[in-house]
Amino acid sequence: MNVAAPQSPFLRWVYGGYMFAFFIYLAAPLTAAGVFAFNDSLFPSLPWNGFTLDWFFNDTEPKLGMFYDRRLLRGLEVSLYVGLIVSALSVAAGTCNAFLFERKEFPFKAALHVLMIVPLVIPGVILGISILVFASIVANGVEETMSWDWDMLRPGLFLVILGQFSFLTTITSLVIAARLRKFDIALEEAALNLGATRVRVLATVTLPYLAPAMFSAFVVAFLVSFENFNTTLMLVGSDAPLTITMYDRMVKVGSTPVLNAVSVFLMLGSGLLALLSVVVQRERKQP
Amino acid sequence: MFRSDASKLSLILLMTPFVLWIGLLIVLPQLGIGYISLREKVGPREYELGLANYIDFINEPIYWNTLLRTAWMSILVTALALLVGFPVAYYIAKIAQQRSRAALFLLCLIPLWVSDLVRAFGWIVLLRETGVVSGMLQTAGLISGPVELLYNDVTVVIGLVYTVVLFMIVPLFSTLDGMDNSLLEAGYNLGGSRVTVFRRIVVPYAMPGIVAGCIITFMLTAGSYLTPILLGGKNSSWFTEQIYDQFITRYNWESGATFGVLLLGFTSFVVWLGLRLTGQSLANTVAKE
Repeated sequence: MNVAAPQSPFLRWVYGGYMFAFFIYLAAPLTAAGVFAFNDSLFPSLPWNGFTLDWFFNDTEPKLGMFYDRRLLRGLEVSLYVGLIVSALSVAAGTCNAFLFERKEFPFKAALHVLMIVPLVIPGVILGISILVFASIVANGVEETMSWDWDMLRPGLFLVILGQFSFLTTITSLVIAARLRKFDIALEEAALNLGATRVRVLATVTLPYLAPAMFSAFVVAFLVSFENFNTTLMLVGSDAPLTITMYDRMVKVGSTPVLNAVSVFLMLGSGLLALLSVVVQRERKQP
Repeated sequence: MFRSDASKLSLILLMTPFVLWIGLLIVLPQLGIGYISLREKVGPREYELGLANYIDFINEPIYWNTLLRTAWMSILVTALALLVGFPVAYYIAKIAQQRSRAALFLLCLIPLWVSDLVRAFGWIVLLRETGVVSGMLQTAGLISGPVELLYNDVTVVIGLVYTVVLFMIVPLFSTLDGMDNSLLEAGYNLGGSRVTVFRRIVVPYAMPGIVAGCIITFMLTAGSYLTPILLGGKNSSWFTEQIYDQFITRYNWESGATFGVLLLGFTSFVVWLGLRLTGQSLANTVAKE
């Protein structure tokens, strides 16, 4: 008998019903976004006119599929590009931070650790505008003193990358540090005693041990970067990532089933990536 | 001697990326908006330091009403998310069978991996005038004509709770998962009723999770942009929308930065208050995820 569960059958039934309702609530909007990608209609709404894949693969207006829609494809490309760069950078910085906070002693360590977490609790919009403002202060300063136009610091992909990097690094640092904390330092000592150099120990013992955590940090960073909207919106220039392109389309054209198709694509994509990361995690549990 | 030099060198090498990151992307930019917010325009390309932007904010009821509204709605959403999320976390951690537990937990996490935009879009497809719910209600004969369910506060709250409830469930689940059932048994054996046991044992035990969840959901709600705008329409009066408007549409960086500072100040104050009242620390709660 589970002491935590309600004792009367009626209450147990009510509780079960609540859980069921909750999962319906979770699934409803995602299902709605997904299902209408396959409806043979110009609007993502009832009635159901039959199954079609046109919103993915059709190459003519008015039912231009997402894989023939230049702007959406361009957005996808930009998102992939930004996501890969940002994840690589934030995993690299996160690994350094993990070593810094797990292995080193230095003054104000506790305060700096709090500072490391802070980016997670700053609203994304504020991160965006603050980086926008700071970059343009720097750019104006450079322009005035050296009369050198630093285009990079104007809204555009470089700033988008910096903006996403600023909070993703916190996430990767925490993930990698958690793994490093569990590392048995005796393994390193053994390798050192056997005559390995520090660099060699790092490359052959410590980093391979961290690899699964680095991989999941990469996946998480990539997914979050791909989905990010708030920070990106403030920093974006003419080249827009997919979420921004999609939002533009939604506001200017209104909802069309091609957006449902993109939603399906995104759900499948992130589902697969999340699954991959779970599989990698599971493998590392088996000795 | 050599060893300590090497370790000093490696400390400096590891410190550099951290300092560059926090310094250039977090601290200096925040100081930057603080500085811009104190700058008032007195002529073309002429500025003076002063509090004029803040005084403008106080003198314009639309602005501070929006901030108050955002604050009030965020607190409401946080409370609702706790109310909705707690039973779910409790069920998964304590009641579900060991085997189905992981599956239920993963099921909870799925929407987390879908962009805000897709979720909001899903709600639009469901709730707009020609949407699924309106259509179903008509077919069922409950209403005679199409009904617009978007663009009102209830929908915005439902959408926001949806967006943030997972961030409430995850920390709650991880604290409740660590709770030993024998604590509950002891409570019952000592004659506690279900309510007493819940109030005196379960809630205090789950407190770190509750605080963490509330902080994260509050920050996410107050800083959210897409959900209130897409579900609330043009008149959603959300504070982040004001910030965007000042910055990008009106190009009035001075007042945009002022709003930014106010929003950050306000949310930090609420977080600090929450941590203070419950005796938790930031590293203990938020960083645990």
